[in-house]
Amino acid sequence: MPYNCIFVLMEYEIKPQEKISLGLKELWQYRELFFFFTWRDIKVKYKQTFFGFAWAIFQPLLMMAIFTIVFGGSNQEGLPYTVFSLSGLILWNVFSTGVTSAGNSMVTNANIIKKIYFPRLIIPISSVLVSLFDFIMAFIIFIPFLFYYKIHVSLLFPLMLLVGVVITAISTFGVGSLLAALNIKYRDIRYVIPFMIQAMLFLTPVIKVPSDTWKYILAINPMYSAIELFRFGFNDQPLQWNFLLISISSAVIFFVVGLFYFRKTEAFFADLA
Amino acid sequence: MRDSLVSIFKKSTETYEEFYALNDVSFNVNQGESIGIIGKNGAGKSTLLKILSKITPPSSGSIIARGRIASLLEVGTGFHGELSGRENIFLNGSILGMKQKEIKARFDEIVDFSGTEKFLDTPLKHFSSGMQLRLAFAVAAFLEPEILIIDEVLAVGDAEFQKKCMGKMEDIGRSGRTILFVSHQIASIKQLCLKTIYLESGKMMMQGETNDVISKYLTKSGSQSQFSISDRSLQDTKGKELYFENIYFTDASGQRKTEFLHSEDIHVVFETAGINKLGFTLLVTVTNEQEDPIFSSETKIEGNKTVLKINKDFLKRGKFYITATIHIFSTKPEDKIERNISFTILDFDSEWAKYDTIHYSYSSFGSVIGNCEWLKY
Repeated sequence: MPYNCIFVLMEYEIKPQEKISLGLKELWQYRELFFFFTWRDIKVKYKQTFFGFAWAIFQPLLMMAIFTIVFGGSNQEGLPYTVFSLSGLILWNVFSTGVTSAGNSMVTNANIIKKIYFPRLIIPISSVLVSLFDFIMAFIIFIPFLFYYKIHVSLLFPLMLLVGVVITAISTFGVGSLLAALNIKYRDIRYVIPFMIQAMLFLTPVIKVPSDTWKYILAINPMYSAIELFRFGFNDQPLQWNFLLISISSAVIFFVVGLFYFRKTEAFFADLA
Repeated sequence: MRDSLVSIFKKSTETYEEFYALNDVSFNVNQGESIGIIGKNGAGKSTLLKILSKITPPSSGSIIARGRIASLLEVGTGFHGELSGRENIFLNGSILGMKQKEIKARFDEIVDFSGTEKFLDTPLKHFSSGMQLRLAFAVAAFLEPEILIIDEVLAVGDAEFQKKCMGKMEDIGRSGRTILFVSHQIASIKQLCLKTIYLESGKMMMQGETNDVISKYLTKSGSQSQFSISDRSLQDTKGKELYFENIYFTDASGQRKTEFLHSEDIHVVFETAGINKLGFTLLVTVTNEQEDPIFSSETKIEGNKTVLKINKDFLKRGKFYITATIHIFSTKPEDKIERNISFTILDFDSEWAKYDTIHYSYSSFGSVIGNCEWLKY
């Protein structure tokens, strides 16, 4: 090739890991891979099913129906029970499916991790994106319920929706990536996840609002603030800031710990997977 | 977790032996060079490639690279059976580091190369395994990184497709890209790489021109399969008038080795010790891996070194064993060494090598080339 053609080549060094960096620049270079992993998982999730994406709607609706039959009757937090439980469920499902799939993602994708390099964070983040996709489907079904029960929706609704989703997303990612990193070393995590999710459902204000005596402990649950803030957009109830702050801090701590623990250990995933 | 819990209560008495899969290996590769990497199983080849492709970090030392590195440690990584051929091309390409634009631009070439256009919208799980491999290789082959790392991926598909793959690799090499190529197939290394690195137990044994390195590798790898007196107990030779001391293989120039090309003469050297007053006979039988005898040959022993020359282009590819007997008048053997020494014939280019496909099995054509003639009328 003649000299008028100049190659600008990226130079880099591969060496033992010294400090943890977030590698945001690298994540940006691989941004298309987020899309592909998310797209793959959504596609595969509903492949060869008769109802397809409708499952994303059936699941919360069926759960809502069961909860209403078993626990329903009285209003909760100024909302009819169906609206109360469905509003909690659609966000809770993001957390439960997201944590489950992110927590297992390193193990299920072990064959790729062992053979190809890319920033590992893409995988748990994609798992969270997949569960957010399900949320969008479920949210569309939730809207008619607000109209049917003629619920007064405040102007803050879009903002509270956003806040709720953001807290859900960061805590799902935080817990999910922490478990993913632990799972690759200690496969016990595989058995811990379903149990943990099941237990947490009862400790999250999805089925019932917990009594104030236990709230200080239960507020450590990051999903407490996500769901309560989301409901604030349509339930005209005063916010209990002391509990919310505990819960929001907990979401942020899970996010930071999950992210850093993942980054710290990811270099050895290929050896352990 | 259990280990670390237990260790709280129990003082650790175990000591760990440090193991380095690679140590003290350094080399330079210039832009546009194709470098082969050879070595036995466990020599550290795959570890080297894993470090080069950033999959595992080195525990010390560093690698400086200029350009995008793409690695093909296994074809079809990330393929998903539920997705269609078309979808898998995009997914796999993207995992291998291609941009969506690049994949789109090369899509037709990839499909064409793999020959799967009819099934593009069929889920991959319905593809035959050969088709999956072809598609996987095609995606990888049309990657355009500056540095390409390949680990034995050519061992896929039928002979025709392998040839196509080698052709494509040569094109990549010629287009100014750098290739690092690991393979057990010496023929492919010879075809692709001008320079080769030879690793053994994590150490660099030699680097240089491919031909030199390969002949060193073949010589070296053979040094274990020979027979020598040190393998025998005293009991074994006691009371025998004449017995085997050493048995080994050399090429025509006297170089000891155990891997031969089909086009090389093989010298089997028998060194004997003892007294040969009675005029013993040496009987040699060559058997193949299935223990079928291929041929036998005998001669009177004179002196303490007897050499059997097996002509070139006589044995086909495979592993052959020697059974050697010292006897007299066809009576009870004086000494016998059975089937524990072997040599290997390599064949990359004979007229039979082309039959190494899924439709034929090379080994089904017998063990000898058999110099027959077709008479024309």
